[in-house]
Amino acid sequence: MNKNYLELSQVGIEFPTDGEPFRALQNINLSIQKGEFISLIGHSGCGKSTVLNIIAGLYRASEGGVILEGREVNEPGPDRAVVFQNHALLPWLTVYENVELAVKSVFKKTKSKAEMRDWIAHNLSLVHMDHALHKRPGEISGGMKQRVGIARCLAMQPKVLLMDEPFGALDALTRAHLQDSLMEIQNRLGNTVVMITHDVDEAVLLSDRIVMMTNGPAASIGEILEIDLARPRDRLALAEDPAFNACRQQVLRFLYEKHRNPAAQAAEVPASETPPTEPQVAPASVPKAKPTSSAAA
Amino acid sequence: MNAPKIRSDISQRLQQLSLASLLKGLRRTVKNLVLPLTGIVIFLFIWQIAASSIVTSLGQFPGPSDVWQQSKTLVAEHRQERQKADAFYTRQEVRNAKKLAKNPQADVKVRPYTGKATYFDQIFTSLYTVMFGFLVATFIAIPLGILCGLSENAYRAINPIIQTFKPVSPLAWLPLVTMVVSALYVSDDPMFEKAFLTSGFTVALCCLWPTVVNTIVGVASINRDLIDVSRVLRLSSPVYIKTIVIPSATPLIFTGLRLSLATGWMVLIAAEMLAQNPGLGKFIWDEFQNGSSSSLGRIMVAVITIGIIGFILDQLMLALQKRMSWDKQAVLR
Repeated sequence: MNKNYLELSQVGIEFPTDGEPFRALQNINLSIQKGEFISLIGHSGCGKSTVLNIIAGLYRASEGGVILEGREVNEPGPDRAVVFQNHALLPWLTVYENVELAVKSVFKKTKSKAEMRDWIAHNLSLVHMDHALHKRPGEISGGMKQRVGIARCLAMQPKVLLMDEPFGALDALTRAHLQDSLMEIQNRLGNTVVMITHDVDEAVLLSDRIVMMTNGPAASIGEILEIDLARPRDRLALAEDPAFNACRQQVLRFLYEKHRNPAAQAAEVPASETPPTEPQVAPASVPKAKPTSSAAA
Repeated sequence: MNAPKIRSDISQRLQQLSLASLLKGLRRTVKNLVLPLTGIVIFLFIWQIAASSIVTSLGQFPGPSDVWQQSKTLVAEHRQERQKADAFYTRQEVRNAKKLAKNPQADVKVRPYTGKATYFDQIFTSLYTVMFGFLVATFIAIPLGILCGLSENAYRAINPIIQTFKPVSPLAWLPLVTMVVSALYVSDDPMFEKAFLTSGFTVALCCLWPTVVNTIVGVASINRDLIDVSRVLRLSSPVYIKTIVIPSATPLIFTGLRLSLATGWMVLIAAEMLAQNPGLGKFIWDEFQNGSSSSLGRIMVAVITIGIIGFILDQLMLALQKRMSWDKQAVLR
């Protein structure tokens, strides 16, 4: 295994404002191995999404840089597929066409038409969406939309799968289903994943390492926690597991003792940042009535 | 179990149910049919009273009944003219047949009928003139709007020009358009009348702007996530425009097109009056110049026709929008 498959070194970013530029991140150093599952966790507005967007190439770091497989990242590309919080499917295309758009733009030269068709179908069946190929996003549930969003990214065969609070807008039961699907897929394909979350249980359940971020402005990496739990992981068994609970405790302690989110900082969150959702600590097995925001419905 | 009793209960319930649904249906009819009709009747009543108290140099201002008479006259004139034309063509045919019978090598010509244009001919002329102007405007406005919506720099460069020309009246453009058409459209065998081109281009100049402005807004307000998706996929500009920009701007483009068509239809009447394009505008102008006792009534018929056609055009655009819209649940009105 290559120790430094994806490397962030001395990454910092400033956003221009009317007065002083706003420093969102500074001194972010992180090395990620191939096939590793990394979660980024932190309070709202700490710059988790900004880190992800820098890896994706959607933002350019003001200093430092990102290196993926020995190459510097300086623009977005299909080798770093992004799963967006609000699925970002094209509402005028069917499920199949949405994935097709991605497949066509990545494999135009290397796959024949029939191969592309099989590949689209294969990826949609990976996320258990083969029953709704010809439905539009408006006709399927929030969880299904997110499954299609994941399929679209998997179909691009990215080097790194970037997930920006992928299950944040879903209710707890749907979220649990999708977490299980994601674990199953990652088990089979061995993707390298960087996921943003504000759900402590989700982070512990899914990750190999949890990267905890300090509060902004000028946020940085506070602690990194190795999750040494055997895979495949089972959520019911883990609920009783002392090792699992110890990990949970550690993340919670970081978030609520060492880096309490001062309420005043909420006002300084730049508009492009994550929505103001607080970290959730309730066990994932208890359904929480959380409104599913379907912005593009 | 007392079966007959139950049955009679059920039938009673059914009767009540059907009575309730009948009442509901009645209420709907009242809402959808009776209310609009009441409005129209009251309007006609007020119009009749107002008209009877206005005396112009061309006689009494026409009330609803005069207008109804005049519309019947216009239909009758149209029929007469068509009959004349038919008679003209049959006469020609007979004459030509005779000629050919005498001498099979004879040079036979069919001359077109050149009687005066009827009211319906004029409506038709107006319709295709406005369509010409509207299509010209659309082919310029949508690409221009997409360009300005996508590029902030293009927007900054072009916006002042748009804002300057947007409020200009068609009457101000008309002399310029007339002169330009006369200067540039010189041909021995013209495919179009100059008056047609002048009116059409004036319409185009005036109905360009709503579509441009709405397309710009539509394109500029594409969901940020979708833009990010296109960047991650590295879509080429043509694919990006085709798959993301145009579909997401479609609702606002259509809003613009509907406003444009309505503007164009209004502008057309003024343009036709001055350019003497043989449509409804010219009809009104000629009746005004004619100044007979029936003129005002005939003009009023034209006014109502213009209104109804404008309404129909808008409904057609709405139907088209519903067909083209990807979001079948959206409420369009």
